[in-house]
Amino acid sequence: MSNGTIEDTQVIPAAEVEEVDLYHAHSFITKWVFSQDAKVIAIQYSTTAIVIGLVGLVLSWLMRLQLGFPDTFSFISAESYYQYVTMHGMIMVVYLLTALFLGGFGNYLIPLMVGARDMVFPYLNMLSFWVYLLATLILAASFFVPGGATGAGWTLYPPQAISEGTPGINGGIILMLVSLALFIVGFTMGGLNYVVTVLQARTRGMTLMRLPLTVWGIFTATILALLAFPALLVAAIMMLFDKLLGTSFFMPEMIVQGEMTSSENGSPLLFQHLFWFFGHPEVYIVALPAFGVVSDIISTHARKNIFGYRMMVWAIVAIGGLSFIVWAHHMYVSGMNPYFGFFFATTTLIIAVPTALKLYNWTLTLYKGNIHLTIPMLFCIAFILTFLNGGITGLFLGNVIVDIPLSDTLFVVAHFHMVMGIAPVLVIFAAIYHWFPLMSGRYLNEFWGQVHFWVTFLGSYLVYFPMHYLGFVGVPRRYFEIGETSFVPESAVTLNEFITVMVLIVGAAQVIFIINIVMSIFKGKPSGENPWNATTLEWQGETTPPGHGNFGKELPICYRWAYEYSVPGVKADFIPQNLPPDKIK
Amino acid sequence: MNIFDELTKKPWLADPSQIEGVPVQSYFMPTGKLGLRVFLIVVTVIFTLTTIAYGDRMLFANWTPMPESWVLWLNTAILIASGIAMQWSKVNTKRDNILGVREGLAYGGVLTIAFLIGQLYAWQQMVELGYYANITTANAFFYLLTGLHGIHMLGGLVAWGRSMLKVRKIAQSNGSINEVRLSIELCTTYWHYLLLIWLIMFTLLLLS
Repeated sequence: MSNGTIEDTQVIPAAEVEEVDLYHAHSFITKWVFSQDAKVIAIQYSTTAIVIGLVGLVLSWLMRLQLGFPDTFSFISAESYYQYVTMHGMIMVVYLLTALFLGGFGNYLIPLMVGARDMVFPYLNMLSFWVYLLATLILAASFFVPGGATGAGWTLYPPQAISEGTPGINGGIILMLVSLALFIVGFTMGGLNYVVTVLQARTRGMTLMRLPLTVWGIFTATILALLAFPALLVAAIMMLFDKLLGTSFFMPEMIVQGEMTSSENGSPLLFQHLFWFFGHPEVYIVALPAFGVVSDIISTHARKNIFGYRMMVWAIVAIGGLSFIVWAHHMYVSGMNPYFGFFFATTTLIIAVPTALKLYNWTLTLYKGNIHLTIPMLFCIAFILTFLNGGITGLFLGNVIVDIPLSDTLFVVAHFHMVMGIAPVLVIFAAIYHWFPLMSGRYLNEFWGQVHFWVTFLGSYLVYFPMHYLGFVGVPRRYFEIGETSFVPESAVTLNEFITVMVLIVGAAQVIFIINIVMSIFKGKPSGENPWNATTLEWQGETTPPGHGNFGKELPICYRWAYEYSVPGVKADFIPQNLPPDKIK
Repeated sequence: MNIFDELTKKPWLADPSQIEGVPVQSYFMPTGKLGLRVFLIVVTVIFTLTTIAYGDRMLFANWTPMPESWVLWLNTAILIASGIAMQWSKVNTKRDNILGVREGLAYGGVLTIAFLIGQLYAWQQMVELGYYANITTANAFFYLLTGLHGIHMLGGLVAWGRSMLKVRKIAQSNGSINEVRLSIELCTTYWHYLLLIWLIMFTLLLLS
């Protein structure tokens, strides 16, 4: 008998598993549109997030066209450029990454992985999606109001965000703030579901320390989001007051066009604190689910148990806690007490410890594993490299004296795109290639998957490595046009052109990916049940894709942790979590 | 369940304590109760951050406090009475007295509506006296804090309405009071919590 299992005599009859009431849809509308089934909601969330994410992607192309080839495209003005920057940032961080990881993967995987029939509050879960959709539509609508979308920069710093001269200060910024507030309301409904489902609805035998790391990642990220998003909510409401009622929460006394404004000594710094109290945990709201997904995929595709499971869980929790005391490292250039800066630089270095531990553990999981270089595995290995790169430049920027000269350069853009853009997106791809057979019963096309991977991976490095260099030589970020600047060498201009071309190529690869998904839904190679020979419960249901209620007549019983791969003395190289000990051969 | 014991377990090793009945670690409190507690944590964060922002701005040299309104004192008394009524309803669930439950719940809700009307009256009074939100930051915070609290009370009234319907149905059909016990308990907890938040907010407004 392998470790982690129980003796034959202790097998518990399935009938003892407590059943729950399950909502059953009675019409097409309640089954597929206003659905309360977490799997349908997950697909609704994911589709919406990917569609708005594609809008964000197109905006990045437009930005890069301007940066690479200034004075070439007449339809890109300074105003529209700042609108692209702002909307691209907010869409990607909040409406794509957060929504996809938590609303998409969270909804699909939590009930299945913990052995539950559905989320514990399915009606609230449904509302969560519709409020998210409304928030997304309002955000998209801001492109079409007079003055267009806000061009305040994705951090929406006041006073600029609501001052004359900034694009979209009428309808644009108002719709952005309303949309954010709605997003947070919607997320809170979903977040309550994710947390309470993990705590309350685990199937029999699924102890906390038997949870797959994907669930740990999503669970902890949700707690972070529930605690961090209120800061953004409060900031958004206060800025709406400033904009609509003329209050001065954030608006200082200013002279605009030779005249004093009516503002009464508001505090822009207060907004920055609120924003980054949300903003830094947001990095981990995206990263923690990615950490969890990578752990599970690597273990499955290397046919080896995850190295240091307990350490991985503790690291997730530690990173979650520490992420709340590092926020002001985003504000060094705002000016602060040196001791304050020292504190935040130190905490930033400390948070690198559990993060590095995870990188070591992934590497050690791969060490002497039976590595299958499947597409999900390739994306995961690429993630490890990318997160390492982005993490290390983060350590540079976490230090005050390094951050101040680099803060307003492309170095920061390169850093956070590596750590927070490319890295989590690579995990999203890994997850989609890994779980697509579960959702559809078919594989994604292998050849086009390889093309997608290599172009995305190598292309991203060809975009962001040169961008670090541009930052070092002092090329500023946020500028619509650099113009002739003596300290910027001619080579920087050429490099900018090269980056733009690479961005367009990487973008084209994503079109291939979308086509691959659509084609594979209908014509993909059938995957059968559990094609990766995974141990976790989502693959152990009666049907693929899982039906309504997830697990047939009886809920599964969990007998072991999620990482029983290549167990000595066992014929198969994996033991599912729900396989009774007497069935192991 | 001791969370520290749980997190130090080694799931890759056979664990004798796990053998008896492959015990489930969940169901340590009703799901709705846990859901409400998590939500109250979120509410706490919202009001804590607002309070910190308020405290931060109070330190500015040009801080000009709002005048004290007698309406707010009256509203506070109404909200306390509302909390008492909700508690009365909860007590009656333990006594299996459905009429008492219904009365307590009805008074609790009606008093809450009275509180909200009172808050709107306080706003109107301030506006009539010229204390607009854009005149001073203290004014702005007054509208922000009372508005945020009011929205949370409105949300509570939705749950209250659902509970009222359930209670009415049970009272008419002589159903079991157990069906509403949890709803009443959750409403009562929410009301007490929002009363506590209001008392803190009101104290802050008085301190300014």
